[in-house]
Amino acid sequence: MSSPDQEKSVHSNRETPEEEHVGRRTWLTSAVSAMGLTAAGLIVPSLLPAAEQHHSDPTRVPGRIPSPYGTRAPGETAQRLTTATHSLTPHQVLHGIITPSALHFERHHNGVPTIDPDQHRLLIHGLVERPLTFSMNEMMRFPSVTRTLFIECSGNSGKEWSGPTGKTVQETHGLMSTSEWTGVPLATVLAEAGIRSETAWVLAEGSDAAAMTRSLPLKDVIKDALLCYAQNGERLRPEQGHPLRLVIPGWEGNACIKWLRRLKLGTAPFMTREETSRYTDLMPDGTARQFTFVMEAKSVITSPSGGQRIEPGFVEIRGLAWSGRGKIATVEVSTDGGGSWKPAQLQVPILPMCHTRFRFGWWWKGDDVLLQSRCADETGYVQPTRAALVAARGVHSSYHYNAIQTWKIARDGQVTNVHI
Amino acid sequence: MYTYNAALAVVSMTLFGGGVGFAEESASYGFGRPATVAEVQAWDIDIGPTGSGLPPGRGTVPQGAITYAGKCASCHGATGIEGLQTQLIGGQGSLATDHPVKTIGSFWPYATTLYDYIRRAMPWNAPQSLTPDEVYAVVAWLLHQNGIIPADMIIDAQTLPAVKMPNRGGFVSDPRPDVPSR
Repeated sequence: MSSPDQEKSVHSNRETPEEEHVGRRTWLTSAVSAMGLTAAGLIVPSLLPAAEQHHSDPTRVPGRIPSPYGTRAPGETAQRLTTATHSLTPHQVLHGIITPSALHFERHHNGVPTIDPDQHRLLIHGLVERPLTFSMNEMMRFPSVTRTLFIECSGNSGKEWSGPTGKTVQETHGLMSTSEWTGVPLATVLAEAGIRSETAWVLAEGSDAAAMTRSLPLKDVIKDALLCYAQNGERLRPEQGHPLRLVIPGWEGNACIKWLRRLKLGTAPFMTREETSRYTDLMPDGTARQFTFVMEAKSVITSPSGGQRIEPGFVEIRGLAWSGRGKIATVEVSTDGGGSWKPAQLQVPILPMCHTRFRFGWWWKGDDVLLQSRCADETGYVQPTRAALVAARGVHSSYHYNAIQTWKIARDGQVTNVHI
Repeated sequence: MYTYNAALAVVSMTLFGGGVGFAEESASYGFGRPATVAEVQAWDIDIGPTGSGLPPGRGTVPQGAITYAGKCASCHGATGIEGLQTQLIGGQGSLATDHPVKTIGSFWPYATTLYDYIRRAMPWNAPQSLTPDEVYAVVAWLLHQNGIIPADMIIDAQTLPAVKMPNRGGFVSDPRPDVPSR
């Protein structure tokens, strides 16, 4: 899954502290020179020990001055795993529930478009009283709303339908992220154009090279969909739909159209390729479920997780749980492959349609373990076992895989993805 | 209409715990400007399952074979089966088997979606570059290769919506939650 871009990126991250250090050393050397030979003879050995020049005592050296836009810490090397069409969030090394914007997963259907926000327009037409076009400045003048919400690709964990495929939680569950999203309610903007009473569906279209389109039922999206222009406090990242994207709380990421340029109101679904040929769930009888928007409750242990290695002793089991139908009610953890369950601690606030961080303090004795988490949401829905999910849907539905994830811990502490 | 809009505004304020004082006011903030006919036409490229939006023009299977070979085959294969990208042809009767093959012929419920998608998103390296006649022709070729239309059929705004796709009845609505608890 690695790519040239990724390697390049890793390389440049490694360079930053080096360059910084050279700068500091240069400054010290010149400062020491200015003090004259005697002083230098006294100071140099303590400030610049030849073998430890990368570990100067930071309490004895002035630090860096403020910068207009920050960089991340030395040693923070978390990376998305990239492919030609998507990238995956590294949940195994993240904390809390907010995904850093630069690590939010990506999925696009023909690249990230380059859009001038000052030229961008949203067109609303079809079954409206007044077809209107909005600039981004106008979109940002509307009364605004901020919500912290997960977005999960319906294909998240999709390769697990055919067996334990992903080696890490990034590979199995990396097509989801959580951000704080700010925008204007879709209802507010549609009201401006005047919704005609016969309207039942809305076509949302992106301004990318796929002109990505989905049909959305008005009665649902009118409740809480947002037209977002900001993510985690700043304007949307280009790969997250800058300058404008739909965010539909709890719905599959594909429906949250990015680079939104057009909303067309109609009486029936438009039957685009992305809601017929794709993003439909094939069942064993050959029928396919269509317009399966909601992402059902799901949880995963992010640490320890596949590819990691643990030591005997105290281990805090950490993970994420979420539901497209509301709030997470409970998360339970099993260390014996689902034979017995104990409640995990949930980090408050627990928000609807949002990642919830859970924790479970545990002592590992060095034995074989099958580690699982299982969540339930406020509707009473319980995350299914893989066996129950496959019994209901077979293994060819591609999307909406939300089964309990099992991590096997071997006696050497190595964690791997298994299906039981 | 006005009542509906006002109701929506109230609903949205309630949902987001607004209470900022806008709920009782007019739904209109006066933002946005009327879209011109030209602006709507420039972007109004979707084709509905009834054929709404289909432009003038026509295409034949032989014309489509030429366009397909020149602009599609490099990714999808000479016959639409063997390419590196999505398989387009074949698979009929496979959906309920252990090896389902989802293609235009075996899976797509509406022929109109072909026009919509090819026009908006293909070819991959030059989306929206095909003329209406080229799109109609490629659609004709793909439908013929899938055994859905005869070799001499002309595809246009009248004939395309009438094409009955083999899997037209293959889609069901969302029955979830569908997995029993524990």
